Amino acid sequence: MKRKTLAGVSAAALASLSLAACSGGAGAAEAEGQIDYWLWDANQQPAYQQCADAFHEANPDLTVKITQRGWDDYWSALTTAFSSDTGPDVFTDHVSKYPEFVANGQLLPLDDHVQDVDLDQYAEGLADLWIAQDGKRYGLPKDWDTVAVFFNEQMVADAGLTDKDMQNLDWNPEDGGSYEEVIARLTVDANGTRGDEPGFDKDDVAVYGLGIPGAGYENGQTEWSMYTATTGWTHTDKNPWGTRYNYDDPKFQETIAWWYSLVEKGYMPPLETTIGASVNDNFGAGKSAMNINGDWMLSTYFGYDGVDVGLAPTPTGPSGERASMFNGLADSIWAGTDNPEGAAQWVKFLGSTDCQDIVGAAGVVFPSITSSAELATEAFAKKGIDVTPFTTQVDDGTTFLFPVTEHGSDVHAIMTAAMDDVLGGKADVASLTEANEQVNALFD
Amino acid sequence: MSTAAVELAGPASALAPDGGRRTGGTKRRPTTQLWPALGMLAPAAIGFAVFYLYPTLRGIYLSLTEYNILGSPVFVGLQNYVDLAQDEVFWNAVRVTLLYVVLNIGFQTVLAVGLAVLMHRLTKSVLVRGSLLLPYLIANVVVALLWYWMLDYNIGIVNAVIDAVGLPKVAFFGDEAWTIPTIAAINTWRHLGYTALLVFAGLQMIPRSVYEAAAVDGAGEWRTFWRITLPLLRPVLALVLVITVTGAFQVFDTVAVTTSGGPGNASRVLQLYIYEQAFARGHFGYASAMSVVLFLILAGAAFAQMRLLRAGESDLS
Repeated sequence: MKRKTLAGVSAAALASLSLAACSGGAGAAEAEGQIDYWLWDANQQPAYQQCADAFHEANPDLTVKITQRGWDDYWSALTTAFSSDTGPDVFTDHVSKYPEFVANGQLLPLDDHVQDVDLDQYAEGLADLWIAQDGKRYGLPKDWDTVAVFFNEQMVADAGLTDKDMQNLDWNPEDGGSYEEVIARLTVDANGTRGDEPGFDKDDVAVYGLGIPGAGYENGQTEWSMYTATTGWTHTDKNPWGTRYNYDDPKFQETIAWWYSLVEKGYMPPLETTIGASVNDNFGAGKSAMNINGDWMLSTYFGYDGVDVGLAPTPTGPSGERASMFNGLADSIWAGTDNPEGAAQWVKFLGSTDCQDIVGAAGVVFPSITSSAELATEAFAKKGIDVTPFTTQVDDGTTFLFPVTEHGSDVHAIMTAAMDDVLGGKADVASLTEANEQVNALFD
Repeated sequence: MSTAAVELAGPASALAPDGGRRTGGTKRRPTTQLWPALGMLAPAAIGFAVFYLYPTLRGIYLSLTEYNILGSPVFVGLQNYVDLAQDEVFWNAVRVTLLYVVLNIGFQTVLAVGLAVLMHRLTKSVLVRGSLLLPYLIANVVVALLWYWMLDYNIGIVNAVIDAVGLPKVAFFGDEAWTIPTIAAINTWRHLGYTALLVFAGLQMIPRSVYEAAAVDGAGEWRTFWRITLPLLRPVLALVLVITVTGAFQVFDTVAVTTSGGPGNASRVLQLYIYEQAFARGHFGYASAMSVVLFLILAGAAFAQMRLLRAGESDLS
């Protein structure tokens, strides 16, 4: 919230005087004023605007002003706003970012404010992700996400496969299992030869079986984490607040080696060709038959004209189970807010069924409260989308949490370049051991 | 380059209206011109001190600290510079930036001089001359995004054409060998008209009589260009080079909206690395140290160019 100007302060003072006069000077200091709220996902803004309107109706003294900024600018804008004392009172927060804000004293602990909130109403594990190492709580969960396979139904049919074939694929790091067989089958070269047929030209591929957004940075949320997790590998020694990353583990490196082999076989696009149009736009343009992506992309994928989209859960792995990264966003309060009471009320409202039912009914994302998430499932069903491949991971307990550690942005920077080098064919997977040393040196 | 041009134009334009008002409005007969002079200099001097001198000094101070913008700077002496010397990504950024500068300035200068001479010798049409400036009128980010789409490997029109004529498609932004040349070419495309215009202005300062004398002596176009145009253009060319080289070293936006430094570190130019270290990773002290190094590189490059090209003197006199 912007620093008040002198005129603003006087006006506010006058207003409160007259209010006090009207109400006969009721004792308790009521929170009032404007709450600045930031979020990054434009798809979700309309639903949260509805929440803001409902909040204002319930608390006429408080008005929420929503500002949306794209992910790319969001965090640097937030940092500079904090630094210049113009940060938002409340903002959508990410587990990979909040530890650094806590370390710098930028977040307000919520413990005193959320004592009357039932934390068990949120999907399992989400609320506790936001307890920092100092034992205090810095966010109230608002939603969750998992990943699943989006596929082009026409291409699957053309390959002689059925929807059902797609639902029960298995994978292993040695030969890729039935999952790789399907990817190969769905790959078609310029002459119409399929990836599993003799004479397939891997250097002139028209449709890749599996499209990828990139090399996956440090977390591989939509790139490789759904495979690595089924081998028993974890990103860090413990989560949250691990202090050792495991990119040197043979299980991880074998999986990445298999993943890269898809590029060498011509089933997955070379990294250099993924820099440009997004993985989903390429899917929409018919350049790939399958993508793995998060539920927050549902409306985008199902919005492409002339593309019939199907959904399938991620493949089962050596553990015999599927796996999906499970991440949840939360709302945090900036320590510099000039209205902590009002901000806390808004955060609690965002984390209550009052708001989450609205968001759920909009059918854009899965709210963190289980009953509200069911509304989202219904809303998607009304649009003709069966989201079971996403929810099954939660129902079966096959999710694992996004790695939460300190030095998140440095880890990101180091692993972005390291993974690019491996998937770009510039370096062997063994090079990840050295990157891992660099990463772990941050924690020494 | 645009920033440099604005800096150059700034003080002059800031002075003019203010100076005019003072001399016109005063009733006392000035006994000395010192005060009016100071008055006229003040706006520029204050602006310089507030917007350039202080930030520069503070930047140098921050380069000696560990500072994440949210806390207070902690003095660490020369540690950032020691780290910098061992930072492979930084040295890679220096190499990548130099490659960019050489490609960008090389193509841009040669083409701009050629274009300016053509404008000078072939046409008097304002429409033709004006249209050359068009790319420069589009915002950098828009230019970068447009080319990013057109040059896309999978769904870009350029690769569609390349594919249609039977050649192998090119990953302009994704292939490490192509990414910097591609970015250099895009910025050349955008800045060409502007650079040509500066050179063109220089051409018009060359007296007609020199060309007439050359024609009388029987010199052809080619010989005239090498023996007359280019030597007499030298002071203007020196200025243009200093401005464009300084701007090229600071390439940022085109990279930021396309490759973000990738793949790997193939297009991680200095300014982008500085930005990332500061705003994405919170190492403002370290980023300041890199900025100081970039400042020294730029000052050295500008000084060397001025000296080598004898920018202060003209062969006309």
